Amino acid sequence: MMAKTLFDKVWDAHVVDRIENGPQILYIDKHLIHEVTSPQAFNELKERGISVAHPEKIIATADHNTPTKDQHLPVKDILSRNQLKQLAENCKEHNITLYNLGHKYNGIIHVIAPELGITQPGLTMVCGDSHTSTHGAFGAIAFGIGTSQVAQVFASQCLLIQKPKSLRVHVNGKLKKGVLPKDVILYIISKLGTNSGTGYFCEYAGNVFEEMSMEGRMTVCNMSIEMGARGGMIAPDETTFEYIKGREFAPKGIDLEEKIAYWKTLKTDEEANFDKEFFLNAEDIAPMLTYGTNPGMGIKINETIPVENNDSFEQSLAYMNFQKGKKLINTPVNFVFIGSCTNSRIEDFRVAANYIKGKQKASNVNAWLVPGSQQVVKKIKEEGLQTIFEEAGFELRQPGCSACLAMNDDKIPEGEYCVSTSNRNFEGRQGQGARTILASPLVAAVTAIEGKIVDITKQLN
Amino acid sequence: MEKFVKLLDTAIPLSIENIDTDQIIPARFLKATDKKGFGDNVFRDWRFHKDGSVNKEFILNNKKYEGAILVAGNNFGCGSSREHAAWALAGYGFRVIISSFFADIFKENALNNGILPIQINAKVLELLLQKIKNNPAIKLTIDLEEQELITPLGNIEFEINPYKKLCLLNGYDDIDFLVSKKKEIEAFEASL
Repeated sequence: MMAKTLFDKVWDAHVVDRIENGPQILYIDKHLIHEVTSPQAFNELKERGISVAHPEKIIATADHNTPTKDQHLPVKDILSRNQLKQLAENCKEHNITLYNLGHKYNGIIHVIAPELGITQPGLTMVCGDSHTSTHGAFGAIAFGIGTSQVAQVFASQCLLIQKPKSLRVHVNGKLKKGVLPKDVILYIISKLGTNSGTGYFCEYAGNVFEEMSMEGRMTVCNMSIEMGARGGMIAPDETTFEYIKGREFAPKGIDLEEKIAYWKTLKTDEEANFDKEFFLNAEDIAPMLTYGTNPGMGIKINETIPVENNDSFEQSLAYMNFQKGKKLINTPVNFVFIGSCTNSRIEDFRVAANYIKGKQKASNVNAWLVPGSQQVVKKIKEEGLQTIFEEAGFELRQPGCSACLAMNDDKIPEGEYCVSTSNRNFEGRQGQGARTILASPLVAAVTAIEGKIVDITKQLN
Repeated sequence: MEKFVKLLDTAIPLSIENIDTDQIIPARFLKATDKKGFGDNVFRDWRFHKDGSVNKEFILNNKKYEGAILVAGNNFGCGSSREHAAWALAGYGFRVIISSFFADIFKENALNNGILPIQINAKVLELLLQKIKNNPAIKLTIDLEEQELITPLGNIEFEINPYKKLCLLNGYDDIDFLVSKKKEIEAFEASL
């Protein structure tokens, strides 16, 4: 038998048919939907008189376009309210489970599916959202699709797709103090570049990922798309099985034992070949920051901005109001956002709270904490973190995508810097003219306390 | 889906790299529940200043340049999976995007909306951008049947998946195809 990668094993188990010289028909186990990229797909079905093939394989949530304050009140923005209403109506009409605003399971789709035990190893999962790559942390093939493809999956439970090439990134060694999973992925993207993964599906391998918690693995896989890779995967192991056990929709009893026996086979064979491989050292990684307008433009917190001479690079620095060859240290920052599908899970808030405890945020800073789900909110309260945040002057909001893409009112004003735990520092991403600096929840917390960027490596050592 | 067979037109040179889908259509315009009207807001924050006035510096606002072909810098369409980006480009009137590299999801979204993404060599792209900037009247021909892009720099063959080519030439889409495969899909489900 030919040696296979983890990706091959899951992919091959889902191929319904192969079209000669064309794409393959891939069977989809779980389809996640939200209000922004689904309405036109439902319309498409209606126009063609097709029904949803498998409503029981779909999970819906309201997350992208929802307020993070007063969720019990009607949504003020008419267009947003209409979009949410459409989602509710479509789900009702097609018998799809919806965790709407106010539901105890509501939250960001990539936070709730794992925490409910819906995300499992060996599954194929899609969503009209590029950060679907998050679920690859469990050894699932998970990737973002466009709305036409959402309609394809509604209609057939399948997707027509070319098999991507394979890429593996190894990180081995011991991470330094204060280096979080977010720093690991920002470092990887800064080294490999923002389009290094395009056309590929990535596997992350090495002791650094093996020793990471599931939440850390999710942060890493989440940002695979930021180097262009459609998805990222980590082989499932005991950490994965432990995380899944006991969750609402996870398999139970003998069913679980059988599943675990299968999940254990989901690892890359030793002889398997990758189209591209990279090897990085954990010791080389430090807390990271981005200085430009794509996630590949990252440096270690105490490094200087590289000196490059090309128009796109210069335009990017002009937008950010940063200079080549200069450090970011001491840059005054008025906005800090801890949230998004990258970093809004309980461990992220524990890291932040642990640093913040007993300190006060700087008076110039607006610090927004937006948990990824109602369940994360519940834990924040149960663990007493809410008190820590409130005493330090941080604002704890209700769950949603929030200032990551600023579709709702959570926008960063023009010209302002925001140290953000989200995934994209594109121009205008957090609001027109807003300047995003991507970082870990620890760096974000420190920035909020100091009111400016400081070299935390000094504090840590 | 609208068919695509052949196109002869002038082109707009947009020599910016890594144009992400947030630039093509900012998130605040994603609140619609149909596919209409996105063209009005394509490249919104580059075309207009925050106060709503026209940014005369931006190439799409330069009357010298027009046409249904957009020639753009490396790594076009990265970022968000929003198909609204393809709807916005199509709504504005683009039928062809030429770049040296396309993000995966954008490429699929474009093809699903009758927009042909053409990938060409990075050096040739540079020359082509320069050529069009200097002479906006230059016309390019795209012949999908022959997979050929005809430019004043010479004729360039481009690649496209044979299945996708067939879809574009005939205006077929993937939903029609998948629905026609119902039996095979049901057989697969029975084997699960």
